Amino acid sequence: MQFFGGSEISPSPPTPTTTTGNNAHMIYIFNRNGVCLLYREWNRPLHTLNPQQDHKLMFGLLFSLKSLAAKMDPTSADKGNLGVPQLPGQGCSFHSFRTNSYKLSFMETPSGIKFILVTNPRTSDLRETLKYIYNLYVEYVAKNPLYTPGTPIRCELFNTAVDQYVRSI
Amino acid sequence: MDTNDSLRVASLWHSMHAISQQLSPTTGCSGIELLEADTFDLHCFQSLTVCEPGTQHMEALLKVVYELYTDYVLKNPFYEMEMPIRCELFDINLTQAVQKDRVALLGR
Repeated sequence: MQFFGGSEISPSPPTPTTTTGNNAHMIYIFNRNGVCLLYREWNRPLHTLNPQQDHKLMFGLLFSLKSLAAKMDPTSADKGNLGVPQLPGQGCSFHSFRTNSYKLSFMETPSGIKFILVTNPRTSDLRETLKYIYNLYVEYVAKNPLYTPGTPIRCELFNTAVDQYVRSI
Repeated sequence: MDTNDSLRVASLWHSMHAISQQLSPTTGCSGIELLEADTFDLHCFQSLTVCEPGTQHMEALLKVVYELYTDYVLKNPFYEMEMPIRCELFDINLTQAVQKDRVALLGR
């Protein structure tokens, strides 16, 4: 189960795990309906698909992986069939996967906002990092009275804060 | 999980393996190697000819499983590719290897 301690930005973000520089490739933020609220890339040499297809594919992949993790969970009693939509926090959810060329870290909030961070494969557990980015989201986006939930985020301060923080990972 | 579920999970895994290669930010991605969840980790060992979604154990055990697979399944003249594996000796040896690994893990 996930829990989030404190609602203000913690004074000391998680310490950097590897050398400074471009560790992160890109970040996606989706809401529960699959709308891509934010996509930023810092280091992406290869673009396979156009942005819309890329976002849809990413969202679909995560939905399926969550469903797979819930089904394959060895600690719970037999759950429903594959493909049954899971509520955020219900059942076992994966938090990262690694390939030989990248590592994808995933976090879903109780409100259904999904944070995805794609980094190089040698980074360690990034759950605290994602929680920090969620706190940034709360401060700059959720608390912004001019922001309409469900629309892409257009807040320069948020973008700058995210860029700055991610460069220090 | 019955056979149908296993087939569904296997096909789902195969597709996601391919999609993860498409979404890679750099070239030369060979698919998901490790999936970490709250209560388990899933390792995937990919041989040169066939993709084997792994069990919830470590890489050494997966290599042992692959060896068993080559010995009992691929060398079996009655085995047809892509069909479910129904070989008692393979099952027995597989359970033995898993037990040994579990004992070794507890012993450490």
